[in-house]
Amino acid sequence: MTASAVPLTAVRRRGTAMRWLGRIPYVVLAVYGAVAIVGPLVIDYNPVLTILDDRLLAPGSRVSSGGTAWLGTDGLGRDVLAQLVYGARTSVLIGVSTVLVSSVVGTAIGTVAGYFRGWLDTVLSRGIDILLAFPAILLAIVIAGSFQRSVLVVVIALSATAWISFARVTRSTALSVRERAWVDAARVLGVPRRSILVRHILPFTIGPVVALATLEFALVVLAEAGLSFLGIGLPNSAVSWGQTIANGKQYLATAWWISALPGFALSLLIINIGILGDQLTARYGRGQTGRLR
Amino acid sequence: MIRVIVKRLLVGVFVMWGAASLIFVIVRVAPGDPASLLLGPDAEPEQVRELTARLGLDQPLVVQYVHYLGDVVRLRFGDSYLFNRPAMAEVFERLPATAELMLASTTIAVVIGLGLGLLAGGRPGGALDRVVSACTIALQSFPTFWIGIMFILIFALSLRLLPSAGAGTPQHLILPAVTLALPFTATVARLTRSSVAETMREPYIQTARSKGLTERQVLLGHSLRNSLIPVVTIVGLHMGGLMGGAVVVENVFAWPGVGTLVVDAVANRDYTVVQAATFLVAGIVMAFNLVADLAYSQLDPRIRVDGDAA
Repeated sequence: MTASAVPLTAVRRRGTAMRWLGRIPYVVLAVYGAVAIVGPLVIDYNPVLTILDDRLLAPGSRVSSGGTAWLGTDGLGRDVLAQLVYGARTSVLIGVSTVLVSSVVGTAIGTVAGYFRGWLDTVLSRGIDILLAFPAILLAIVIAGSFQRSVLVVVIALSATAWISFARVTRSTALSVRERAWVDAARVLGVPRRSILVRHILPFTIGPVVALATLEFALVVLAEAGLSFLGIGLPNSAVSWGQTIANGKQYLATAWWISALPGFALSLLIINIGILGDQLTARYGRGQTGRLR
Repeated sequence: MIRVIVKRLLVGVFVMWGAASLIFVIVRVAPGDPASLLLGPDAEPEQVRELTARLGLDQPLVVQYVHYLGDVVRLRFGDSYLFNRPAMAEVFERLPATAELMLASTTIAVVIGLGLGLLAGGRPGGALDRVVSACTIALQSFPTFWIGIMFILIFALSLRLLPSAGAGTPQHLILPAVTLALPFTATVARLTRSSVAETMREPYIQTARSKGLTERQVLLGHSLRNSLIPVVTIVGLHMGGLMGGAVVVENVFAWPGVGTLVVDAVANRDYTVVQAATFLVAGIVMAFNLVADLAYSQLDPRIRVDGDAA
């Protein structure tokens, strides 16, 4: 779906430029990663501390403590830049954990179902049918809303549907690889089934799983922001872009920056992951088309 | 064909049973006993004990599960403690608003998405194609709730053209519908683009061109019709995504639909409403998937649902 039919000469002419453009996502993502890891060490932020003198300051204003609020302050006098930095950490943490959990679970289930087929495979397909009847975000809302607020609950709620794509991709890979000659050879030689799975099938799922993981990461970060925006899942002490956007909604008329800036940060991140995901999918995705829902 | 429909319906019944069971598990696994959750935070211990007995919550889980399934079949999920009336009645009352929003969004997405897809797919690799492709990636990357808030900022607060929240007039519908439609528009555009680009390579397009038809006639008369098939399917299959989007968008614009109801119910731990709404949404999504599946095989005689091979 993503690969367009461009004449070869045109590809070569644009080749050098495209190669450099293609690296932009890596740079942007590296910046986000660095901000998420290093930022909180450099910038001090207390989500419960409110300084009423500093309420709703515009970007670039001086705050009462003498510093500058480069991106303004919110309705409780808290620095928006600090919220962006700490929010990046929350998003990256939840995104990485959810993708890790769901890729491991999904790959395990998908590979086993694809290799053994039979009733295991049927159970998997029917289970996925049932889960797909729920909009992913609705299931996440219900699960996260039913339990005590915590990062772990959000990760579980988001993983509840995120594993499905991993299971599907690895299942189809396993289905095709199990018919290859070397797998037959291993079977004939009496290699235990577990070793066949781990040594002869699993390595072939890595490419598609990595490509899918980037796209799923984008979806998960978006979903987490949506949950926090609705006020579900994360504890109030956690800083999240979705929460900041929601908090700014009541001050839209006077302080647009509270809602607008975290949304920019979020969109920029998602766009770059999307581009990277499409690149990886084109390279490793085995014909699986990369797309964001 | 009838055999296929019956088979699909049976799968549908199975999926609904699974959905109901999943809801049962989530609500039972969640901390806190359902009786005190149902009665709300102000309930007396006496009331909780009485309701526990009345709901049969002191019985074994298997017995409870069988009773629950019996209630689900009759669409009885109990009374909402927030609204003091059957939960399903409350959900049904909110359904028309959500349906209105989704219908408007689908219309916008299909009309604009088809247009963009045709423009881009008619000349794959052209400048227009690249612009449209870039736009669709961006549209799918923006968080819908943020786009909604930015729309409020621009069109309601700055330009004062449209109301920022609520429902009732056609003006109220515009912002939520457009917000919800944006990512879906991108999906339709991308799909139409690749579908049109593919049909443009078919021999009958070459024939049409060599007859001397204009590019416009070729595109609209010959390519579009065959490109429509996957689009029809994606509209049906995308209802789940659209429903999920509606939950978020309704909350941005205080749209009085099922989405705001669910989030309010979750926040207030009104579990009967959560169960009823979730079950109904699953049913609607499943029904649309079923129709999309069947429509697909009807529209394209080359495709036949398994078991009905030509």
